[in-house]
Amino acid sequence: MYVVIAGGGKVGVNLARELLEKGYEVTLIEQRRDRYTVIEDELEHVVQYGDATEMWVLERAGVLRADLLVAVTGDDEDNILICQMAKEKYMCERIVARVNNPRNVEHFNLLGIRPAVSATNMILRLIEHEVPKIGLVHLLELTDDQIEIIEVEVIEGAPAANAAVADIPLPDGSLIISVLRPDGGFVPRADTVIGAGDEVLVVLAPGLEEQVAAVFNVPSPS
Amino acid sequence: MFVLVVGVGRVGASVAKRALERGDTVSVLDRDALSHEQLEQGMSTTWEEAGGLFTVGAALESEALIAAGVERADVFVAATNGDNTNLVVAQIAKERFQVAKVIARVLDPARAEWYGQRGGIETICGTSRAIELVDTTIASAEAGS
Repeated sequence: MYVVIAGGGKVGVNLARELLEKGYEVTLIEQRRDRYTVIEDELEHVVQYGDATEMWVLERAGVLRADLLVAVTGDDEDNILICQMAKEKYMCERIVARVNNPRNVEHFNLLGIRPAVSATNMILRLIEHEVPKIGLVHLLELTDDQIEIIEVEVIEGAPAANAAVADIPLPDGSLIISVLRPDGGFVPRADTVIGAGDEVLVVLAPGLEEQVAAVFNVPSPS
Repeated sequence: MFVLVVGVGRVGASVAKRALERGDTVSVLDRDALSHEQLEQGMSTTWEEAGGLFTVGAALESEALIAAGVERADVFVAATNGDNTNLVVAQIAKERFQVAKVIARVLDPARAEWYGQRGGIETICGTSRAIELVDTTIASAEAGS
């Protein structure tokens, strides 16, 4: 497997190290001369000097035979362009893009750059996971496959509270896959009774979040 | 016509002023409030007195684009000093805001050509024009000697 990495900052260099250790063939592209000199000491011929948004630089790095291109420069416009050219001009099958400013996620999505990874958003998710009471946490989103997993806390008075799994009025396209309690998580059966304070993991199709959340953490209309 | 120019450098400022003189409604967006001065070079009034609109903000911020009027723009010109910013913001204007005519200034001839052929946005490459002009001038000097 051949991987081209654009951007030799901390993320790019550490990725290169890990992938080399796993036995992959890697080329890392860095555009700042001083940074290039520093990382070339360690990674030697794996590093190439140049601006990865220049087509000839991508071509020299062998983008045409790359199985994967990873764009992790510190500039979101650059990452978008690199991925766009890799995908559409050089027919690279798989790309991964880094989003520096989470507000730019919408631009990556608009232009079809997927997956686009935002460290800030990932840390936010972890914070939401660690700090309960926010209600609904996205644990996993497989956008291309139209599948999401969310974690939601059950409150007293919600339709799901004190109901058996089989009787919980979930919308089509969603399914309870785990119940988390202080003494551990488990996969529920149809007759497992869900209680207030439980946290449940639900797999669902995108767009059903609100309907699903309403079943667990919104009191039933009385 | 409503013309939105993003990036007030030499190109953006002149293009904006010419469109205003032709009677277009012209809005400019630049992240630097001081670029306003460049815009008013050679004008006898302020940009606003002449009817121009000015918004301070980053090209990639949707709020700034909307404040500058991208939703009612007929023509969108991306003329910041960054090729990649211009290519990305031009695509946003086209794909998200459906601006009819979208032009991006691109200095790199290779990127200008590929994105121009790709469709959706038009690219204008001053570098290619300069290369042709200089080359033609050299060739004619060679022919004359």
